[in-house]
Order: sequence, then structure tokens, then C-alpha cells
Amino acid sequence: MKTVSRIYMVLIFLFLYAPIFVLILFSFNDSSAMSRSVFSGFSLRWYSRLFQDRLIMEALGNTLVIAVVAAAVSTVLGTAGAIGIGSLKNKWMRRVTMNVTNLPMVNPEIVTGVSMMLLFVISTRAVGANLGMGSLIIAHITFCLPYVIMSVRPKLMQMDPHLYEAAQDLGCAPTSAFFKVVLPQITPGIITGAIMAFTLSIDDFVISYFTSGTTQTLPIFIYSMTRKRISPEINALSTVLFAAILVLLIVVNARQSVITDKAARLQSEAEEAEA
Amino acid sequence: MKRMIAALLSVLTLCGMMVPAFAADKKSTPNAGVTINVYNWGEYISDGSDGTMDANAEFTKRTGIRVNYTTFDTNESMYSKLSGGGAEYDVIFPSDYMVNKLMKQGMLEKLDFNNIPNFQYIDKQYRNPKYDPDNAYSVPYTWGVVGIFYNKKYVKPEETESWDILWNKKYAGKILMFDNPRDAFGIAQKRLGISYNTTDTNDWEAAAALLKEQKPLVQAYVMDQIFDKMDSGEAWVAPYYAGDAATLVGKNKNIGFTIPTKQGTNFFVDTMCIPKGSKHKAAAEAYINFLCDPKVSAANLSYIGYSTPETAAKKLLPEEVTSNPIYYPPQSILDKSEVFTDLPDSTNTLIDGLWAEVKMGGAGDTTTLIAVLCAFLVLYIGIVIYKKRKRKKEME
Repeated sequence: MKTVSRIYMVLIFLFLYAPIFVLILFSFNDSSAMSRSVFSGFSLRWYSRLFQDRLIMEALGNTLVIAVVAAAVSTVLGTAGAIGIGSLKNKWMRRVTMNVTNLPMVNPEIVTGVSMMLLFVISTRAVGANLGMGSLIIAHITFCLPYVIMSVRPKLMQMDPHLYEAAQDLGCAPTSAFFKVVLPQITPGIITGAIMAFTLSIDDFVISYFTSGTTQTLPIFIYSMTRKRISPEINALSTVLFAAILVLLIVVNARQSVITDKAARLQSEAEEAEA
Repeated sequence: MKRMIAALLSVLTLCGMMVPAFAADKKSTPNAGVTINVYNWGEYISDGSDGTMDANAEFTKRTGIRVNYTTFDTNESMYSKLSGGGAEYDVIFPSDYMVNKLMKQGMLEKLDFNNIPNFQYIDKQYRNPKYDPDNAYSVPYTWGVVGIFYNKKYVKPEETESWDILWNKKYAGKILMFDNPRDAFGIAQKRLGISYNTTDTNDWEAAAALLKEQKPLVQAYVMDQIFDKMDSGEAWVAPYYAGDAATLVGKNKNIGFTIPTKQGTNFFVDTMCIPKGSKHKAAAEAYINFLCDPKVSAANLSYIGYSTPETAAKKLLPEEVTSNPIYYPPQSILDKSEVFTDLPDSTNTLIDGLWAEVKMGGAGDTTTLIAVLCAFLVLYIGIVIYKKRKRKKEME
């Protein structure tokens, strides 16, 4: 039974990661422009061409600016929202608010995209502006928000609700009680939410497609290559992005385990002192 | 948290450095400093890789006009973006039939040819085309024809002179087809000897019947995947645009390319137009004029691989390209070929319906699928109820 479950696990991991490894392998392929099926030697040419390609770099720049801004804003708003929802006294109100905020998550992307486009077109016409970076960032914040709320809420519920009151009893002003007591407790949830928002924003295609105006993000740019052919530079770019996100995750996880280790040590020391 | 911010910031600054600043070398041209929005096909302009000309940067250098360059994948997605509002473009690159459609709907600006002196280089035969009879709205950018790629190991070149090969049972499972209705129907229409631009329902239905007949032989309906599938020998016969032949034929000695001469083929033109409401029309015309410069046209065409409508540009291209009938087929083939024009809405709806039928393989398949799913559902519910009853009995 154990071997069967191991084989099953290996298969699942293969299924998940084989495509990425093939992509990474082919980003080092030496063949000239044509082949996505034959590996003909190691080379870094696609990487050097990638960094010289102004259009890809521009699209990447747009995507990263949008992702960073959208992740930052939606993290702040989402955390505030989660705390607000948590402190709603009326149970019924809380449920309604929770469902309303979850709606954009279950709503089909295409519906969100089209409706946002309509809204933006109408409102920008009134002002005389155009769709672009601004509308993209607003759209991305909107669909990232529920994910942040969803990852912060459980941390808030795990927290002892009396801690905040205790801090105030011990002389903390409400703001410093929040920053010194509540925030450290929910930080892991906030970080997860921020990373989720960041990655969701980076690879969003449907909503961006409708709200982008004349600005181009990376997914839209890659999609537009399909008449001619997708350049192997994109393999190189995907590899770089994959590596960057992997490093980010490792750093965050390492940091978290350091914190939990420290907390465990402090606790055992305290227990020893008591004894 | 600090480390994360630092990491993000360093990524950002890196990206910032990678995006080279626009050449701010402004000359005293009237439109210097203006930014125009250009909407072109993906991979459809010389981008400066491998020491070639970076066309957009060169344009900015010459005129001081900045270019916000974005790309699309099909005429239809370009059209929906344009008609959806919220995006204002100054130069777009629709194909023949799309020019026709945009023109009819009043979505194009009339060009001021005084601002496009380089139009003189466009050869006579590409002026006043069927899709823009007065040549008031469009300037040709590239052109090409559709032909057949084949694997020389398995397919005889003579066979590829007719579209019939795509219906040959000998190559069942080794045939690829276009994944867009106009091109796919076009092949069936030429085989039947019908015009691409027919509005007769019977004609379209006949073509659809032919495509349905072909479906069991087709390995896949694809676009750019044909390069890999043909290169690896996974497929043996595939129709595609001639301009893309070069890279494939040049690299893989087993791949051949023919333009079917018996029944004729599709001649397509991608053009440059200015959509209605452009705020920088003069700057947009300067851009079109720049792309018509024979040197620029030659640089772009050697990047794209399609054919140039300018003899002056053709002279600047390498001899092995211009003498190659794949790129510049003889006039006799061009005379037999036909260009797409816009069809009335009723015909377009008909085509969409027929195309869906062809690709779905008839309604039969979905019904069986639904029936099977329903059977499973009923079985599952039955099992659940049975188990519950059993448990109840045991409880009692």
C-alpha cells in the first residue's frame, strides 16, 4: 500500500511540475527560432535577447507595476476589511458582508471584465480620459481583494479576541494595541494574502484584456503572438519569473519558520522559569 | 517583511533598467513630443534583435513622435477592442476584409496622402484593391498567399498542387487545418470552385459539408502549432501562410511548400489604417509614411517573412528571398488567387454557426456525452439512496 501511495504522489508531482521543467529546459535550447520539440544544445541566447527586447520589457514593466500596486493596496484594504467584518456585532450583517465580498471571486472572470470595461468606458468618457494603467490597477485591486480577506480572516478568528482588550487594559492606546498586538498575530495571513494578490495580478488575462485600453500587460502580449508564433524568449521570461517567485516563497517560508522556532523557544523558556 | 520589500524593489529597479529610455532626440517636426497608440499584430515589426532595425525607436529618433506599441492576435479581437470603446488608437493594421468592414461601418479616417509621400513606392497592382476601391482609407503593409506545407518523406510534391490532398484518406490523422473559419472555409470553397465572398447560403453549406467530411482525417485544428507539428513529423500536410514557410522550409530539409495552382488560393493583405477619432492624425500619417520608406519596409519584411508591396523595398532584400516563388509567386498564381472582402452580418452569423458545427462534429456527440453523464448521475444517486436505506435498516 505504501509503495502505491508513493507512486501516486510521484505521479501527481510529475503532473504538476513536468510542464514547468520542460519550459525551463527549452528556455536553454540553442535551436534558431523554430523548434519547440527538439533540443539542440545549451545556450543562453534567449535570455540575452529577452533583456534586449524592448516590447517584452515594457509589457513586463507594466505587469510588475500593476501587480505591486494592486497587491499593496488590496492587502491594506483587505486587512482593514477583514478586521471590520470580524468586529461586526450583528451576525446576520457579518454573513451578508462576507458573501458580498466573496462575490467577485465566484463571479465568472469574463462577466467581471466586461462589466468593468463598461463602467470604465462610461466614467472615463465623462472625465475625458482613457482606459489604461489606472483602470487596470483598479480592476486588479477589485479581484484581489476577496483573496486577501479570505486569507486574513482565519488568522483573526484564531486570535484570542481578549488580547486586544488586555493590551488596552495594560495601557496601550487603540492604535498601538492594534500595531503591537493584533498585527503581529495576523501577519502570516497578510503575507499569504499579499503573495496571492501579487501572483493573481501577474497572470490575469481576461479582466486585463477588457480593461487595459492601450496599455499592454505581459499575458496580453504573449497571447497576441499566436498568429506568428510564440517566441522562445517567453520561455526564458517564464523561467525567470518562476525562479523569482520560488525564491520569494522560500524566503517567506524560511522567515516564518524562524519566527515559529523563536516563539517555541520563548515559550519553553517561560515554562522553565515558571517551574 | 523588510527583506521582501527589498527583494521586490530590486526586481522593480532591475526591470526599470531593462526598459531603455525612449530616445529623446527631438527634432523640430510639428508633432514632436506627441505619443501615438499603435495596434499591430504580434511579432509584426522589426524589433532590433540580432542587430536589425528597431523600427519604433528609429521612428522616434527621426520625428520625435513617441510610439505606444501594442499587439493583437486576430482581426476580430482588434475589432472588438476598437468598437468596445475606451481605447483610442492612432494606427491599426487590419487585414483586407477587416478594412472593408471598418470602412463600411465608418470606423476609419480618410487618409491625407499629402502626408504620406512614400505611398509613391507602393506598386500599382496593390493600389485600389477590392476591399478599398478608392484607396482612401488604407495603405498596404504586407501581403502573402496561403499554401500547403508537406513532409517530403511521405508526400509527393505533385499531390500538393491541389487542395484535394487535404481530403486524401491516405494521410488520415496526419492532416492539420486552420483554426479560423474564414481560412478553413476558404480552402473548401476553392476546392468546390466557389468564391470566398459568396453570400449564397447553399454555397456556405456545401463548403461546411466538405469540411465535415474532412474532419475525421484531421489531426487538429491549429494555428502556430503547425510549426512544431510539421517539424517533428507529427503531421505531414498542413495549409498555412506562405510568409511563415521560410523559417520552416529553411530549417527542416524534409519540409516542402507549394501554392496550389490548380484551384487558386487566398491572397491576403495586411494594411495600415487610422481609426475614426484619432487625436493625432498627422502624427499617425507620419508613422504610416515612415513604414512605407523602402528601407524600413525591407527591414520589417525581412523580420516578418511576408512579402512587401514595394518594388523599391524588394530590391533591398536578399536575392534568394526575392527570387523565391514562396515569397514572390509568379503573376500567373496571383491572377488565380482571390482576396477576402467583408461579408454581410447574416452571412457572418451563418459562418459562425456552420464553423461551430464543423468543430463540434455535429450535435450527436454532445447529446451522447450528456446522456452518459446523466446515467452516471442517476447511478450515483441510486447508490447513495441504497446505502442510506441499508444503514437505516441496520440501525433498526
